[in-house]
Amino acid sequence: MKAFSIYLTGVGGQGIGLISEIILRAADHAGHRVKSVDTHGLAQRGGIVVSQIRMGDTVFSPLIPSGQADLVISLERHEALRAAGTVLKDRACLIYYNTVWQPLPVRLNQAAEVTENDIRDLCRGRGIQVISVFQTDLPDIRMQNMAVLSEIHRHGLIPGIDRKHYQAAMADLMSGAMLEENRGLFDKRLTT
Amino acid sequence: MKKMGDMLLKREAFSEIVMGNTAIVRAMVEAGTRVVSAYPGSPTPEIASAIQSIPKGDRPFYFEFSTNEKVATEIAYGAAVNGHLSTVFFKSVGLNVAADTFVQLSLMNIIGGMVVVLGDDPGANSSQNEQDNRHYARMSFTPVLEPADPAEVYRFYLEATRLSQKHRMPVILRLTTHVCHAKERVAFGPWNPVPPNDTPRFDPANGAYIPLTTQAIEQKRAALARLGQVRQWAEKTELNRFVDNGNTARGVITMGLPFLSLMEVLDGSSSKPDILKLAYVHPLPREKIIHFLSSHQEVKILEELDDVAENQIKAMAFDQQLPVKIIGKTGLEDWIGEYTPDKVHLLLATIWPDMIQSSQTAEADDPAPHRPPQMCPGCGHRSAFHAIKQALAPTDITVADIGCHTLGFLPPYEMGQLLMCMGASTAIGSGLRLFNTSRKVVAFMGDSTFFHAALPGIINAIFNRHPITLILMENGTTAMTGHQDHPASGKNFNEATDKIPVRQVMEGLGVKHIFEVDTYQQAKLTEMVLEATSIDEFSVVIARHPCMLKFTREQRKNPNYRQKQVAIDQGVCERIHACIEIFGCPTFTRDTAGKVTINTDLCIGDGSCIQTCPTKAIVPAGKKDKGGAA
Repeated sequence: MKAFSIYLTGVGGQGIGLISEIILRAADHAGHRVKSVDTHGLAQRGGIVVSQIRMGDTVFSPLIPSGQADLVISLERHEALRAAGTVLKDRACLIYYNTVWQPLPVRLNQAAEVTENDIRDLCRGRGIQVISVFQTDLPDIRMQNMAVLSEIHRHGLIPGIDRKHYQAAMADLMSGAMLEENRGLFDKRLTT
Repeated sequence: MKKMGDMLLKREAFSEIVMGNTAIVRAMVEAGTRVVSAYPGSPTPEIASAIQSIPKGDRPFYFEFSTNEKVATEIAYGAAVNGHLSTVFFKSVGLNVAADTFVQLSLMNIIGGMVVVLGDDPGANSSQNEQDNRHYARMSFTPVLEPADPAEVYRFYLEATRLSQKHRMPVILRLTTHVCHAKERVAFGPWNPVPPNDTPRFDPANGAYIPLTTQAIEQKRAALARLGQVRQWAEKTELNRFVDNGNTARGVITMGLPFLSLMEVLDGSSSKPDILKLAYVHPLPREKIIHFLSSHQEVKILEELDDVAENQIKAMAFDQQLPVKIIGKTGLEDWIGEYTPDKVHLLLATIWPDMIQSSQTAEADDPAPHRPPQMCPGCGHRSAFHAIKQALAPTDITVADIGCHTLGFLPPYEMGQLLMCMGASTAIGSGLRLFNTSRKVVAFMGDSTFFHAALPGIINAIFNRHPITLILMENGTTAMTGHQDHPASGKNFNEATDKIPVRQVMEGLGVKHIFEVDTYQQAKLTEMVLEATSIDEFSVVIARHPCMLKFTREQRKNPNYRQKQVAIDQGVCERIHACIEIFGCPTFTRDTAGKVTINTDLCIGDGSCIQTCPTKAIVPAGKKDKGGAA
């Protein structure tokens, strides 16, 4: 298949690692050649976490060349704007969980909080499709990633990956109640 | 759920999606590695996570986190001269700590074989520099293999063990951050466990093992001879790759991850250079390189960080009087940062613009406010810095050390104004105190670092009477690298062990003035720091609070756990913003009108903030927040 590059971002503690590994494994289950790389760094301490996934037969580096991401998945609004502005292709797609973890300059009143309009304005000018996800009744904030994953599938944002591939990937990585809860949330959003 | 531990011990050949740091553990199993030691440091701690996924009773090798990288190297060396195949791993700058032992290894007859796995960090993603450890390899006559991806990590580790066992010498496997953390499907071989031979086989006759006087010279001669044999093998190994693009004009010599960036950049280009990708980056395969140089008019040396290969290759061309034009580093920036596809694109477009067009679009500006890392909600260090700052004058000098508490240098605390490396703060602080009676000096230190490298500096402060204050930020774990146990934890990687309490060590060393307090008791901590810094002798304040990230994670495993939070009593809040601007917990959020609310995704309800509000507007959620919780 043609190269398809996914850039995942968020703040340390949001569960970027899990959603990234589910997509990586789902792509593999679907028979795609795929590789990924995580940038950990100081992420655990409230910094930015990035994971990059690249599918396709002509992909060599796990690192996405700048401005070449076909899809940005963000679990936080500021990071959604940052990634859309720096790594996303024109006319590509941004999906983000609409929560805000204010970065330090915003809390110190040195910068304005990023708004939904900021994201829309930036993306409209470049023909980027924007999907904002939010769910009020999540049992655990650590399941925001699963709400986003469900929407990724519902909108068919990653070519050649079916529901069964996502489900198989989840079963690779989770078990027991955690698997049930996460798969339940993933499925529920698809049927409502 | 796929269990990593089961996968790593499969008898039959299989393939699985793994990261580089996991692939290496399967290679250890297949190679029959018997002893592995380490000190945690990014990008390598996940190697230990993979090892931990194998239950201790099933683990075919011994593993320990040692107190520091030098000790870990000595453990692996001791095991190897007793006949066991061993491996030590740590991060890039860990080699500086290990160096005193490491540089001697190649002089020794390492009968069991020993692999030194380095996690170098081009781009300084999580290190205090981006040092190129190939320099150490050259200095110490140690071979280096450099893989580009997880599949090569697996294959190159196996190669390193074979080479090390054959020549009885240390071999470096040099990984870099995005090789350690890359994930892909890797095909592994079968594992046929052979019962280990645990006979202690150390014999002085295998040496020399005592590099003194003339013997050291003989040992160096032997090391150089072994390196010469490795060079011959490096010429032949099938791990080198030649990408024949039928281009007699241009070629590229490269290695490791930059090879993948190069392939990425060349994809779709109508004309491509030939590529020689080296597996051994030390010693270089001289004949192979000379042949490549002889068959091209221009050769680009594409190497990340320093010009280690470039200088050697230029010398080869000079010796052979080759007419080839060798293009090495052309400017300062070529020495800096990771060779990502973007960076390699820029390099090639500069030297061969007819082949690679320079990117039309400039790198886009970041449209969002920057996001520095910060201490977690509830972090005991935040309370500590908040309290300590009140005990110091703005002109006083604070010295940081390595660990989560290093983040105290950021606003709003700005505590810890100098940083060097593990354990350095006490002695740097002692130096800052010389001829200085007007500005107090306070040094910070984490508890894992205390055992790692801090003791000589502390002993020196006592021995030479340096009247500074050391604040020991004790959180009970090695937090920054993923909560590994340390000598005061009462637990090592494998089992319960005797605690070595920090306070008792200090007392035993003869520290006369020791204060101790939980950091959430901020007023008391301020008082203690005032008192400690007024003493004209070396003093220690143990500022203690468990790592709340670890604590909260453990608590969540309890089914009865209920998340607590704080709230802002909006009827009381006067929007002074001390919670945001002085205490600085990321939980506090400010809207455009200046109203403060709690980010319920983040708050862990620790309550350390409550005492910091001048108007007492921070309250436990659901209690007396009469103005309505935010």
